[in-house]
Amino acid sequence: MSIISLIIKREFVAKVRNKSFIVMTFLSPLLFVGIAAFVGYLSSMKAETKRIAIHDESGLFTNEFVSQNSDKSEYKYLDLSLIDEKFLKDSITKESYEGLLLIPKTTNVADLESKVQFISNDSPSISFIENVQSIIANKITKINLERAKLDTVAIKNAQSNVNISLAKASGEQSVKGLNEIKIAIGGGFGYLIMMFIIIYGNMVMRSVIEEKTNRIIEIIISSVKPFQLMIGKIIGTSLAGILQFFIWAVIGLSLMFAASLFFGVDVGPTAKVSPELMQQAQNEFAGPAQMYMKELWNLPIASILIGFVVYFIGGYFLYSSFYAAIGAAVDNQTDSQQFLLPIIMPLMLSVYVGFFSVMNDPHGTIAVVFSMIPLTSPIVMLMRIPFGVPLWQIAISVTLLFATFFSVVWFAAKIYRVGILMYGKKPTWKELYKWLKY
Amino acid sequence: MSTLLEVNKVVKQYGDYVALNEVSLTVPKGSIYGLLGPNGAGKTSLIRIINQITLPDSGDIILDGEKLQPKHVQYIGYLPEERGLYNSMKVGEQCLYLAQMKGLSKAEAKKQLNYWFDRLEIQGWWNKKVQELSKGMAQKIQFVVCVLHKPKLLIFDEPFSGFDPVNANIIKDEILALRDEGATIIFSTHRMESVEELCDHIALIHKSNKLIEGKLDDVKRQFKTNSFEVGIVSDNVEGLMYDITQKFTVGPANFKSLSNELKLEIQLGNAMPNELLNVLTQCGQVTHFVEKIPSVNDIFIQTVSEK
Repeated sequence: MSIISLIIKREFVAKVRNKSFIVMTFLSPLLFVGIAAFVGYLSSMKAETKRIAIHDESGLFTNEFVSQNSDKSEYKYLDLSLIDEKFLKDSITKESYEGLLLIPKTTNVADLESKVQFISNDSPSISFIENVQSIIANKITKINLERAKLDTVAIKNAQSNVNISLAKASGEQSVKGLNEIKIAIGGGFGYLIMMFIIIYGNMVMRSVIEEKTNRIIEIIISSVKPFQLMIGKIIGTSLAGILQFFIWAVIGLSLMFAASLFFGVDVGPTAKVSPELMQQAQNEFAGPAQMYMKELWNLPIASILIGFVVYFIGGYFLYSSFYAAIGAAVDNQTDSQQFLLPIIMPLMLSVYVGFFSVMNDPHGTIAVVFSMIPLTSPIVMLMRIPFGVPLWQIAISVTLLFATFFSVVWFAAKIYRVGILMYGKKPTWKELYKWLKY
Repeated sequence: MSTLLEVNKVVKQYGDYVALNEVSLTVPKGSIYGLLGPNGAGKTSLIRIINQITLPDSGDIILDGEKLQPKHVQYIGYLPEERGLYNSMKVGEQCLYLAQMKGLSKAEAKKQLNYWFDRLEIQGWWNKKVQELSKGMAQKIQFVVCVLHKPKLLIFDEPFSGFDPVNANIIKDEILALRDEGATIIFSTHRMESVEELCDHIALIHKSNKLIEGKLDDVKRQFKTNSFEVGIVSDNVEGLMYDITQKFTVGPANFKSLSNELKLEIQLGNAMPNELLNVLTQCGQVTHFVEKIPSVNDIFIQTVSEK
């Protein structure tokens, strides 16, 4: 067995046997599903009905509001136009109802545009106010139309509702909302890479620091080259990480499946449907749904997956060599903070650039530049790939990524080689630079 | 006696600091070679270069007739001063791992481990985790890991630190046994009494330079001052003192004895011991007559404080 595979095996076994790794592996999906279920439960709970008093002196609007009342609606409107306004105001403070809508008596309906008042102790939600405004506005519009002796039905019929359908130059039909799906797919993969780098990069760093504080490092590097140890450590840790992600995926999917059985919701509509029914359903839904499916299958799935693997390997190795070098340079984890910042920054930056500029303009200058810079390309380029990226751009980006990857590994290995034998003091940036020349 | 390890004009610099300045050593096969020097003299730098942990800036190293190269790690066993083990790993697994890194097959490593665990009577530790062991116990494991692959050259940096006297003795006997089986041992320590006891060759490094090297006896011969400790019972002390001070430099001496004699330390200069004896026997009864041989400790302190 070669030495590197020995090291990989040890690192993998050490990680996987670690108690906190086992606990995290099996607890996280439970926790995740638990939280999701809790949020679902909370949002399914019926909100407390809020009573709104209406004091309508004009007598024009009461019916419009009261007709909105139903068992399911969040607000219940009460017609209290007959009760004295002052008494109503006082009873708000006693909280027998949430708020009071005051509509004054007027001869000119247009005056109402600015004279309606809503009085409450807590500020009302924006959607509630918009709803009230639109009810009043619709009624006023209707009254105005009637006064002008216009036929409201004819006007309604005359209004048109435009729905632009999108198509590509190649002639294929396209669907709206596809960009959101594309960014979700690219973003999902990009986010996965970032999470993986942060979690397992840190694990690499901790493992280097452990060897330093244990003082086993000198025994080991009298038998193997520091470079072999570093690469073995990175690969071993990433294998443990991939195993963990895999277990998470399996547990998560089976929990979701179990939950959907339990709550009686079909995971996929095709699950129990007979072929004839499906055919029928397809005919009925022919149009948007089918086009979405078609578009999804038209996405460059192969290049997304290949891109994911390539950028995952490049990005993870690039960053974890940084983490290994930092681990070698410091004596304990608290000292690592100042060196970690420059690593976290490009990661965060690439996620933000990905979500903001790629979504707006997948082939704009910002998106293109950041998908070339090696530190951000693994995430930004992955987000762009679903939108279709010219091959030459991917070629440049991957070449740059791997060129940087090799030079960073070389540079990290140098710091690593010197750092692992330095005990007792926190190095400065200047010293790190000096180590490169040893 | 042929040479196992030859260090030729090795230079190592860290930035502006010169850690080793053209240091050359010759370590004979089958010897126990004491590498001495005060803290920060460059011993660890040299040891790390021999272990190929760092590379020299210039100079070369010949191991058993070949220029030092990566495959040689199998022939070297190294017990560093700063040493430890993976805390959460089981002892047996850990030893197997470290032995395999030195190029042993798994089966061979297991065989050797069983032999050493039996020999040091630590069979019961195989499934223990290192964090359950005491410091001395962990040191024993490290010693086993260091010698397991039957290296030609063993390098021990402060091997006895952390051991109680009983265990230190066990380790000392093992080191001597390894030497008798043909291994060559480089031994770096600050404990001069163990140098005195074990080493047949020494080298002294001070401020990045090698100052002394050679057989321990030769070095001592080089450092002896031709002075003798003398005990004498005499009726005529004044006459005696007059006679001796005429010919030699005399000072008081301090050694343990049972009779209440006159104790002197006499510097002979170029004279022969018999000349002194002749004078002494004429004046009284000689109870004690020993040549003063410098200890390694004396040589160390003298050399280091001179420069």
